[in-house]
Amino acid sequence: MGASGFEIVVNTIKMLAIFLLMVQLVPILVWVERRGSAYIQNRFGPNRVGPLGLTQLLADAVKFLFKEEFRPPSSVAFMYYAAPVLALIPGALAFAAIPLSAPFTLDYDGQTYNFLFQSYQLGAGIVFVLAVSSLGAYALLFAGWGSGNKYSLMGALRASAQMISYELALGLSLVGILMIYGTFSFSEMVSAQQGPLNFVLFGTPVVIDFLPNWGIFYQPLGFILFFAATFAETNRAPFDLPEAEAELVAGYHTEYGGLKMLMFYIGEYGHMMVASALLTTFYFGGWDLPFGSEFLKEALPSSFIYSLVMHLVFMGKVLFFLWVFVWVRWTVPRFRYDQLMDLGWKTMLPVALANTVATAVIVVLFNSVGR
Amino acid sequence: MEALVPILVLTLVVATFGSLLVYVSSILGPKKHYTRTKYMPYECGLPGTESETTNVSVRYYLTAILFIVFDIEILFMYPWALTYRDFIEAGHGAYIFWVMFVFIALFLFGLIWEIRSKALEWD
Repeated sequence: MGASGFEIVVNTIKMLAIFLLMVQLVPILVWVERRGSAYIQNRFGPNRVGPLGLTQLLADAVKFLFKEEFRPPSSVAFMYYAAPVLALIPGALAFAAIPLSAPFTLDYDGQTYNFLFQSYQLGAGIVFVLAVSSLGAYALLFAGWGSGNKYSLMGALRASAQMISYELALGLSLVGILMIYGTFSFSEMVSAQQGPLNFVLFGTPVVIDFLPNWGIFYQPLGFILFFAATFAETNRAPFDLPEAEAELVAGYHTEYGGLKMLMFYIGEYGHMMVASALLTTFYFGGWDLPFGSEFLKEALPSSFIYSLVMHLVFMGKVLFFLWVFVWVRWTVPRFRYDQLMDLGWKTMLPVALANTVATAVIVVLFNSVGR
Repeated sequence: MEALVPILVLTLVVATFGSLLVYVSSILGPKKHYTRTKYMPYECGLPGTESETTNVSVRYYLTAILFIVFDIEILFMYPWALTYRDFIEAGHGAYIFWVMFVFIALFLFGLIWEIRSKALEWD
């Protein structure tokens, strides 16, 4: 966490701020989800509490606080209470490892300190995020098994079977982008995506000025696969079979109410935020602002303000993807279960494999794409 | 080891935050009063018939086992992808490509075999 007291204080504040950023984004996202679905379905949505219904979620949170504490007697107490807490942890841990903006420096007591705009940096950050976010399956299994209800159990089993099936396609679709950038570190991946699109084609350098040097131009198929797999990983529509309300009531959180259900929501939206942040970092240049990064770095007075502005750019991209999550949910109908599993195992896995081989061939032929 | 300290701290912070949320609603909420139907496992309007230890379809175990095999195979591709460019720059591009091609061919063979043996059928 740092050597000197100042570093420890700043890093702790940063860590708490990033965690609270994740928690505080959830009410806004729920509002976007409800108003967005209302907009798509040509109705009003919540519009009574506060301007545009913005404080609706505040009212909901207060209501959740004063709900009766309830545990069904057939449930397993430890699992029943541990599941909502466990649902929070993977999203928070994964989100903290992603660089949210450019590194900055602060002066204190005559010394200059360097800080990263993330809670911690790990050498194998990508592997860490993949590993931690798949721990989310434990929360679902705890909730399903601990509730003592067959709907919960079936929802949890479906959810975990679906999560592990799509994790294969998710993991394999990343091999291509790893090959292009040759790194496990998010920061290196972002800095490799700065500037205009340039690559070496059969020994001749090619520069395309009007396009940014983003991963999506090197890995379009990988992007589509990763994008589709994240929907299944976060249990969102059209892959929201675990909560198919016509069959399973509410899936693994059937027996939950009040704040405990809200915590599952925070976990789910946290997963969506991690997925959006990963999409941004891998394929859309992270906090890179095309054609503006260099200029802003010169124009802004301090590196801390530059970091904050770049953070807004990053969050803009993340919020766009979060809106896409909402948009898709209210546009595309739900899959049938066998269709879902067939898509994961028999379509996306072979296509991801083909993408890997194609990338390998292209990299070996063109010799130095991207780097 | 020092790199793990912030992860541990964050885990503790989140776990405390979560436990606090679970605990707070038990203080603030109204006191419970017992009714028989409220304490039954949730069922859509009918009295429940099954016990809580429902049998689980073995298909999911098969899916989980197949997942582990394939996931480990994919994990083996990660170091290869990471060092691929270095091998090309050192002039061993064709070698590292064909070595991995054999591995990927085996992966594909396993997947096709699985599909043909109807291990990946859901109904």
